[in-house]
Amino acid sequence: MPRLASAEQVRRYQESCRRRLEEFPLLVSLCHGTACCTIGAKEVAAAFEQALAGDQRVRFIRSGCHGFCEVGPLVVVRPLGVVYQRVRAAEVPEIVERSLRKGEIIDRLLYGSGENGKACATEDEIPFYAKQSRVVLALNSFIDPFSIDDYLAYGGYGALAKALSELTPQQVLQEVLDARLRGRGGGGFDAGRKWKSCRDADPEQPHHIVCNADEGDPGAFMDESILEGNPHSVIEGMVLGAYAMAGPGGVDGYIYVRNEYPQALKTFSHALKQAREYGFLGEDILGSGLHFDIKVSRGGGAFVCGESSALFRSLEGKVGEPRAKYIHSTERGFRDEPTNLNNVETWANVPHIINKGAAWFRSRGTESSPGTKVFSLVGKVENTGLIEVPMGITLREVVFDIGGGIKGGRAFKAVQTGGPSGGCLPESCLDLPVDFDVLTEAGSMMGSGGMIVMDDETCVVDVAKYFIDFLPGENCGKCLPCREGLKHMSRILHRITGGNGRPEDLDRLTRLGEAMTATALCGLGASAPNPVLSSIKYFRDEYWAHIYEQRCPGRVCRALISYRIVPELCTGCGACEKVCVAGAIRAVPAEERAEGLRREIDPERCDRCSACRDSCPAEAVTVESPARVTGSIPENVTEKR
Amino acid sequence: MLAVQEEYHWLPPEAVDFISRRLRVRPSRIYHIATFYRVFSLVPRGRHVLHLCMGTACHVRGAERIASTLCQQHGLRFGKTTDDGLITLERVNCLGACALGPILVVDGEFRGNMTASRAGSIVRRLQKNAAVEEGASA
Repeated sequence: MPRLASAEQVRRYQESCRRRLEEFPLLVSLCHGTACCTIGAKEVAAAFEQALAGDQRVRFIRSGCHGFCEVGPLVVVRPLGVVYQRVRAAEVPEIVERSLRKGEIIDRLLYGSGENGKACATEDEIPFYAKQSRVVLALNSFIDPFSIDDYLAYGGYGALAKALSELTPQQVLQEVLDARLRGRGGGGFDAGRKWKSCRDADPEQPHHIVCNADEGDPGAFMDESILEGNPHSVIEGMVLGAYAMAGPGGVDGYIYVRNEYPQALKTFSHALKQAREYGFLGEDILGSGLHFDIKVSRGGGAFVCGESSALFRSLEGKVGEPRAKYIHSTERGFRDEPTNLNNVETWANVPHIINKGAAWFRSRGTESSPGTKVFSLVGKVENTGLIEVPMGITLREVVFDIGGGIKGGRAFKAVQTGGPSGGCLPESCLDLPVDFDVLTEAGSMMGSGGMIVMDDETCVVDVAKYFIDFLPGENCGKCLPCREGLKHMSRILHRITGGNGRPEDLDRLTRLGEAMTATALCGLGASAPNPVLSSIKYFRDEYWAHIYEQRCPGRVCRALISYRIVPELCTGCGACEKVCVAGAIRAVPAEERAEGLRREIDPERCDRCSACRDSCPAEAVTVESPARVTGSIPENVTEKR
Repeated sequence: MLAVQEEYHWLPPEAVDFISRRLRVRPSRIYHIATFYRVFSLVPRGRHVLHLCMGTACHVRGAERIASTLCQQHGLRFGKTTDDGLITLERVNCLGACALGPILVVDGEFRGNMTASRAGSIVRRLQKNAAVEEGASA
């Protein structure tokens, strides 16, 4: 493949790619994302390849994440758009024979079959997809992430060709400014303004374009899915950024990828190689005179490196410690030179803005937060997965319409947004529109887009403790408020969940949290107390239950619960006795049940591991709080650094 | 450093010396970096490495229970290797497969919907296999 040297050549080549794909009347797209691969997508792919060998009518691709991880592995047959869920390798010959050759729909494999509801054949019928509005993720199930031709066939790099041939850098920048694109990485800062200040920074020095793919928030995998599903959209966005921000001193690009994402790294590196071969990266891109390339840098598993100044230090090969930001990174960032850092999703939005215009972008979402946002909807929700919705949608729509409500029909308790920097929002906040400013006002934040749903079996205090315990292992230890503040918050929270809470603890937590917010050096420390402060604000009664009643309403905190076998439900099968390592389960003499002697738990010996509950076929094991026996439970073992 | 870590699963002191000489940086800087980032280990890892996902989604689905079962009943410690050099337990923050949580990765292979008792039996099986191998070689 020769390099494409002008915008005209790109358009001609796009056309030829499109025609090549049109020769295939059918497209079978198998989700090959991390989650689907874990439950057998690799075997399904092999089966498809075997069954379709030599077939000229079907194009089979291993695509990036389709989003509906709950029911994977997913297979979509286009152009009909029929979705088959939970596909096993053994079912592949049937799909090929009936669905592809004869054009039938296999009801058994559809979403919703086997339940009372109506089976949904196509994506539009499945409620999970119906309410979404996909922009960044739109192409995920159409293209093979390892093929640049697929991306080109769907109009990829069209925005770049348009920009380089028709628009000045100033116009590209203006379009992004007009779109009011806000950074998708968490802070929600206006990307256009950031671009402008980087563009206007010291012209003598090289300008750096950096993509932040250090997605450390636990429970969030949006960036991973974009990099794995559509890597070229990120590259195209970054080249557009380079065009808009390049100064006389030159411009270069970096992407900082989390080490835990080997698949994303592989896909993206391959995409970079292809983009170079085609001339979208390198010297004199499309004959415009722009020189730009992107280097990949791998993270080392440190959460704080998602923070901008820490990320730059880490890129430089140093230890990722943030610094005070009285100087913007757009003036002195990477190597103390002007740097523009945006998140993966932000970059992936840029080609769409240039292609379709700022007005189109603003037509979705709200006035202050236009566009769409990708969320990973996880936790105790029916439909776990990756979703893209217009900003301004209510949390209720996300959790109940798209997410399908709480798993197992339990009661909703809270939704946690924004990862360790965000907060828990209760049911009263469910009708709030999802938007950067509204969520911040409510005491949480948009964050990078993790949304963790909790039901009544989740303990809010325990979740707050989880986040506070997560951060000391992740922060850099440079500034005192964050380092010591977290330690003390953790100590207090452990005391509360351990059943030794004191009445003054809540005030202490609040005071500590507020002090940290005011004085910590970087965003990580300043937002670290959010999970605690927001849960105290909305779930004060749960804290009180722990402190005054020794009771854990979610029945999670080990020191405050005890397990019991309900005598009426026990069948005497003895499954629990086999799994109990503590030797706390014994048979009750002379109480014969259908399958043996009735069992009961000795609360003195029980170490609350829940093995009996997980293994009981009759679901006879219940959890009670407050505990029947207190004390004697060792603190949960957590990592000590 | 990442390459050495991947090849040997830890950074032996010789490697630190070597990197320091080749790159002309002081060993103290290498130790600074090696102790800051979680991927690096300055002690050898066990023959089997278990990664337990402690992401939020896995947490609310009960990863903590698995963690304490592994630690209390099987003598594992986060970030540590068992005395016989067999198993290393590591915590990771999110593996991006939250729909299947809690997740335990056994030597690179993902195991979804983990429970405390299943995790325990995985550990027991690893220990048993090792004992059998030892018996065979003895």
